[in-house]
Amino acid sequence: MPGSPIRRRVLAGAAALAAWARTGGPRMLALAASPGVVSVAAPAGAQLAAGAAPGSTPANGAGLTDFLTHGRPVRVGRIKLDLPVLAENGNSVPMTVSVDSPMTERDYVRVIHLVSERNPVRLMASFFLGPYSGQAQIVSRVRLAGSQRVFALAEMSDETLWIGSADVVVTLSACIDES
Amino acid sequence: MTARSQVPPTIRRGEVITVRLLIQHPMETGYRRDDTGDVIARNTIRTVRCLLAGREVFRADLSSGISANPYLQFPLRAEQSGVLEFSWIDDAEVQETHTQVLTVID
Repeated sequence: MPGSPIRRRVLAGAAALAAWARTGGPRMLALAASPGVVSVAAPAGAQLAAGAAPGSTPANGAGLTDFLTHGRPVRVGRIKLDLPVLAENGNSVPMTVSVDSPMTERDYVRVIHLVSERNPVRLMASFFLGPYSGQAQIVSRVRLAGSQRVFALAEMSDETLWIGSADVVVTLSACIDES
Repeated sequence: MTARSQVPPTIRRGEVITVRLLIQHPMETGYRRDDTGDVIARNTIRTVRCLLAGREVFRADLSSGISANPYLQFPLRAEQSGVLEFSWIDDAEVQETHTQVLTVID
């Protein structure tokens, strides 16, 4: 809807933010460079990972998954996150996550968390499993607000944490305003 | 019809089956605006539960990071016949349920 009052307001806000970022230091420049990110950041506020460029989170999720791990050691492996390398529409991206686990009474996956680098809501979903599940594989469809690295964190019955990730290029981000 | 589910027609005791659930729900993110510029309130499904014969066999906490009309596919070791009862609650506190009969043959 070009020329609509909302659109103009959003664009004016983006321009103002860009101008402020140019004077405010290089950390904000990356954010201001993309109008898509600006419109995500505006209503999301504090929930967006501050400063980090998409795709820059290390493989063990340090910095991004701290709110789930609380400093406990996280090992990379045992969990496989399948997302398309290129997603045309961020509103619906097929996702498969599976964990290498015998799923017995003594050794099973308790929960699988999905964490996004760039979505306004970082914790996308948590799937709770148990020995009654028999295997640890979940299939769903997710929303992605832009190209990013998505993480899957598994909490085992023995309290260990395992993490896996996938890089996705999103052509059309899950839209924030309807224009 | 607000949900559909599917389980295999014939299941042997102890077999690990795949349960598929599709719920009709907009999963509004709360970041969209309508034609008059007003924010459309966030309304996403918070929790989906699946009970078999009254015992929880799967739970998922969702957010706006899950697509509209959420699709969930999860495993289940079928030890007994019974009714699979799916229930979910969204941000508008609307709770819905859907049931599916699970038949295990020996």
